[in-house]
Amino acid sequence: MNIMNTEPNSPALIMTGIGKSFPGVRALNNVDFKLRHGEIHALMGENGAGKSTLVKVLTGVYSMDEGSVKLDGKPVGIRSPQDAQKYGISTVYQEVNLCPNITVAGNLFLGREPRTMGLIDWRQMNRKAAELLQELNISADPTAQLDSYSIAIQQMIAIARAVNTECKFLILDEPTSSLDTDEVEKLFSLMRQLKGNGVGIIFITHFLEQVYEICDRITVLRNGELVGEYEVENLPRLELVTKMMGKEIENLSNLNIDRDESKFEGEVPIIEARDLSSGASKVAPFDLKMYKGEVVGFGGLLGSGRSELVRTIYGADKAVQGQLFIKGKSAKIRNPLDAMKKGMAYLPEDRKVDGIFADLSVRENIIIALQAKRGTFKRLTRKEMEKYADEYIALLNIKTASIETPMKSLSGGNQQKVILARWLLTNPEFMILDEPTRGIDVGTKTEIQKLILKLAGEGKSVAFISSEMDEMLRTCSRMVIMRDQYKVGELTDSDLNQNTIMRTIAGGEEGR
Amino acid sequence: MRGSKKSTGPDLLIKRKGMSNTGALLLITVSLFVLLYIISIFLFKDSNFAKFSVFFNLFNNKAYLLMLALGLTVVMIAGSIDISVGSVTGLISMVIATMLLKEGVSAVWAIPASLGIGLAFGAAQGFLVSYLDIQPFIVTLTGMFFGRGMISVISSESVPITNKLFMSWSSAKVYIPFLYNARKNGTHDVAYLTPAAIVAIIVLIVMIIMLKKTKFGRSLYAIGGNPQSALLMGIDVKRTRFMAHVLCGLLAGIGGLLYTLFAPSGNPGNGYGYEIDAISSSVIGGVMLSGGVGLPIGTLFGVLINALIERVVPLLGIVDASWPRIITSAFLFVFIVLQSIFAGASKKGGFKLRLPERMKFKRNNNIEKTKPRSGIDL
Amino acid sequence: MSDFSKGNKPAKLASKPFINRLLSNRLTFSVVILLIVVVQNIITTPTFFNISITNGLISGYIPNILDEASELVIVTLGMTLVIAVSGGVDISVGAIMVVAASFSGLLLNGSEYRTEVFHNPYILALFVGLLGGALCGAFNGFLVSGLKIQPMIATLILYTAGRSIAKQITYGQTIYIMNPTYKWLGVQIPGIPIRTTIIVSTIIIILVVLLTRLTSLGLYVQSVGINGSSARLVGLNSRVITFMAFVICGVLAGAAGLVGSSSVGSVNSGELGVGIEMDAILAVALGGNTLSGGKFSIAGSVIGAYTIQAITTTLYAMDVRADQLNVFKAFIIILIIVASSEVFKGKIKKLTRKLFSKNVSVGGLRDERQ
Repeated sequence: MNIMNTEPNSPALIMTGIGKSFPGVRALNNVDFKLRHGEIHALMGENGAGKSTLVKVLTGVYSMDEGSVKLDGKPVGIRSPQDAQKYGISTVYQEVNLCPNITVAGNLFLGREPRTMGLIDWRQMNRKAAELLQELNISADPTAQLDSYSIAIQQMIAIARAVNTECKFLILDEPTSSLDTDEVEKLFSLMRQLKGNGVGIIFITHFLEQVYEICDRITVLRNGELVGEYEVENLPRLELVTKMMGKEIENLSNLNIDRDESKFEGEVPIIEARDLSSGASKVAPFDLKMYKGEVVGFGGLLGSGRSELVRTIYGADKAVQGQLFIKGKSAKIRNPLDAMKKGMAYLPEDRKVDGIFADLSVRENIIIALQAKRGTFKRLTRKEMEKYADEYIALLNIKTASIETPMKSLSGGNQQKVILARWLLTNPEFMILDEPTRGIDVGTKTEIQKLILKLAGEGKSVAFISSEMDEMLRTCSRMVIMRDQYKVGELTDSDLNQNTIMRTIAGGEEGR
Repeated sequence: MRGSKKSTGPDLLIKRKGMSNTGALLLITVSLFVLLYIISIFLFKDSNFAKFSVFFNLFNNKAYLLMLALGLTVVMIAGSIDISVGSVTGLISMVIATMLLKEGVSAVWAIPASLGIGLAFGAAQGFLVSYLDIQPFIVTLTGMFFGRGMISVISSESVPITNKLFMSWSSAKVYIPFLYNARKNGTHDVAYLTPAAIVAIIVLIVMIIMLKKTKFGRSLYAIGGNPQSALLMGIDVKRTRFMAHVLCGLLAGIGGLLYTLFAPSGNPGNGYGYEIDAISSSVIGGVMLSGGVGLPIGTLFGVLINALIERVVPLLGIVDASWPRIITSAFLFVFIVLQSIFAGASKKGGFKLRLPERMKFKRNNNIEKTKPRSGIDL
Repeated sequence: MSDFSKGNKPAKLASKPFINRLLSNRLTFSVVILLIVVVQNIITTPTFFNISITNGLISGYIPNILDEASELVIVTLGMTLVIAVSGGVDISVGAIMVVAASFSGLLLNGSEYRTEVFHNPYILALFVGLLGGALCGAFNGFLVSGLKIQPMIATLILYTAGRSIAKQITYGQTIYIMNPTYKWLGVQIPGIPIRTTIIVSTIIIILVVLLTRLTSLGLYVQSVGINGSSARLVGLNSRVITFMAFVICGVLAGAAGLVGSSSVGSVNSGELGVGIEMDAILAVALGGNTLSGGKFSIAGSVIGAYTIQAITTTLYAMDVRADQLNVFKAFIIILIIVASSEVFKGKIKKLTRKLFSKNVSVGGLRDERQ
């Protein structure tokens, strides 16, 4: 099934000068992107890089403000997903976009079923499906229901459907997030086969190893701008990570914080995880110790598993393996309330989905965790609630008309502060802060960092996840580094500098 | 979840072992019916369930229910619901009865009247559900209210039907010559089908073909299974959902007509609760509440089971009219739990009844998951 | 504690003008509708506000409405909680009413279908009735929170089977409880001029308000209803809270059933509470509560319930029959639902923008992110 007869290495898809703005945000600024027939091209970037926007522009979900797209030399206007389909651009998303209740063949041909005399010809459809699957080496029975197969196979069937529509360009958006090693290998052989047939593949992922295993080229975006396009063999991991995170390799002078980890020697850690892993996430079983008065940062690329790791400790994702010790005693955390009662607090990464109660007031949002801890019958009095709310509004400088204002009326940054207040109010001994400064103004960011240091000074233990290395360097005495859902190392003392951190994140030459 | 590795092995096409949920549920339903029927044969020697005529009378008595249930099957497969079909049925019988009171009005008008009313309900409800995005339960609940109200507006007393043509349709019997049993006195008890039953069977066959072999039919399954995916796969979800409601309305219209043929009079209480019977029949017939799953042939057996229960219960000496309902509800409960088990077994994540987003037991109302997990999706 | 702007009061945004606050308050909606109905009544029925004492009982239009609405108000309270916590509805409340009344009737009548003397203490019978309601609520709650079945479907089972089962409890027939004490609950306690139903419904309203306010249950229900995932992360047990809401709804429905059967002195499964589930849902919606769950207002629901009763009474006075009433109710529901549908609101916004602004927005794909 050879798609194109043109030279395998001529850029067939050329996006030039793409610009896209949203109210208040310049999502893409003068971005170029080239995709060749028969190549696997990784599109990479951290949070806010613009990968998703670029893809949506290409597939007609968004319209571009500036720029042009050329396919095989001809300028094209892609104004809708149907247009994109027409031009042979197909996308397979992370959530498999097929119908689980329909058979494999049914899914492959949905909307395009082969017909005889006006009615669908199932025999022909099953036969064609079998042929298609065989060609792509996918082991699946066309007459079986889709959801009887694993996500990995379903994904390949989704790709098969895309390929079946005469697609010349295939976009794979985070296809390997839910796959294990064997399944990834199967996917990769399928991709290589398609590549051999001339299909140009855009591979969006955050798994470094996979990029190096299968891709020919890499395009890196950062903050809506193009950093560059590189050939994989010419770009060492460290450089890639540097370009993604925007740091130059140099030694920053460390801030004057006490990095002396040796003072914790011999102490009983406040939290100790051994071989811990949850059923819900893919993070490999990990060990971790945290001490009183310590601030530990978690570094790694987006999607490396940092949030999942801390969620496992907190019980947001129930642990199915391993042990957790709190102050030396074995603890069983079945749910967040258990964790809270043992002195833990968790500020989630996505406040919209996991954090705020949009229709409840600021007051209610602040006291809810404390109330849950106290139980149904020990209700905080109105006066108490108001006192606490006022206290923390002043403390964290939360901008709100009153404590009764619905949470949804607050700006993102202020909402974040309310959630922070919520957890501070429970007086925890161990706080997990997942991106606490995201969406907060610079001035307040610094205040929060100082607050973290103060908390540590008071003997609290803080796990701090941030996408900004500066923040962590300014506050942490130790950093846990994660890559591709594995905890790959810990850095302390003199190792706690950007250079080493990036190297550890990148891996590669040193191996894991 | 990482998903179960159900299909591993060399790169050959592996014939999957075991049957799908649909198949399993259908098997259970058919077996249940056969079992109950056989038990009835032995338990009630006097009533002669072994006679053809008795068997076919199940069709004759519940032809209308088959229509209503098929309508429900269609909308439920599409991931929606319609609880107005009972009052539509009642309304149609009242309308026909009132219409035919007048001299000179031909019974033929009953047909467009029924279909028209059914379509009107279906279209109006379909519009509200699909294009205004209102919960189907609320919309069709209102439809039910409205229908029941209109019945009373037309008349608060029973309106008998005396129209000759109509009554002749109602009492017509089409005998099937070769299906007979000998009676004690030597005459033959020949099985027959009423015109209503014949219509119902024809409609059933049309539905079977439609759902299996037309693009529209397949798109119903698609939007019931995963409306977001269906949209991305190019299906006009709104339009399909709208048409599902229209079709359900049409079938309710036919059902209303067949019901009036079966019980020719306009009573204010007609049709009361028939939507429950229709839903029960569908669910027992294997239509999953989670949407996207179901076969019209299964619904047929669900209706037959319903008919059988109603026929059998009085024979047990139970005069109380509420018992058939209790028994049907019990079966309904069992099948709901069964479906819950099946849905849970094929997906990891335990004992869950998967529902389409539309009918989902929403915990996070309208909160979009942002991707990547942040406030800004760039 | 910190370096945050010490001593600086945080900048408070300007308070919204009163009229804005009034308009955006949920309660306003329901109060306005109630006022419209009341005004309409005053116009058509000059004797609307007349109150007299007949047979030792305060009567008149208004007391009538309060009395007739009592079952609905009690059920609506339960429905409010269920809708708030789950975004779904409990359609079995009518059936639960009958079940509860049947349990208590069974205890009082023994095996006779018409008695003058109680076979068991009245109080015990009341308690058993409420227990019956609780059991039904627990059944529903288990299906919803344990098996994760959608509320409408889960409660469909009792909706279908409840009345029939209840009838079997009373040996398959309507039972009549002739003892005058039985009528205390539903009609009048001798010597007290106010109808008992009004007293009881008021007490129950107060109890529910206390339950949701004095304990954190109200807050929990709202939290779970608004964002189940956040609720879990702050340590709430969504399953238990949901289960409790259904049980409470069952108990309240049971109480309504006891009141209802008491007011007529019989337990009639074909009539008691028929159609009340729809009225209750309507009342909740009229009360300004969103049917998709989350925040709730007891006051709103109560006003909604009385409003519906007022509408019903008004229409009866205009010689509209009970079943015809449904057409009106249908229209009202549709209007409310359509008006509150997001799609509709969006279209209205676009329309007003077009009408009132000079610039026409550029068409094309929606680029705005939420």
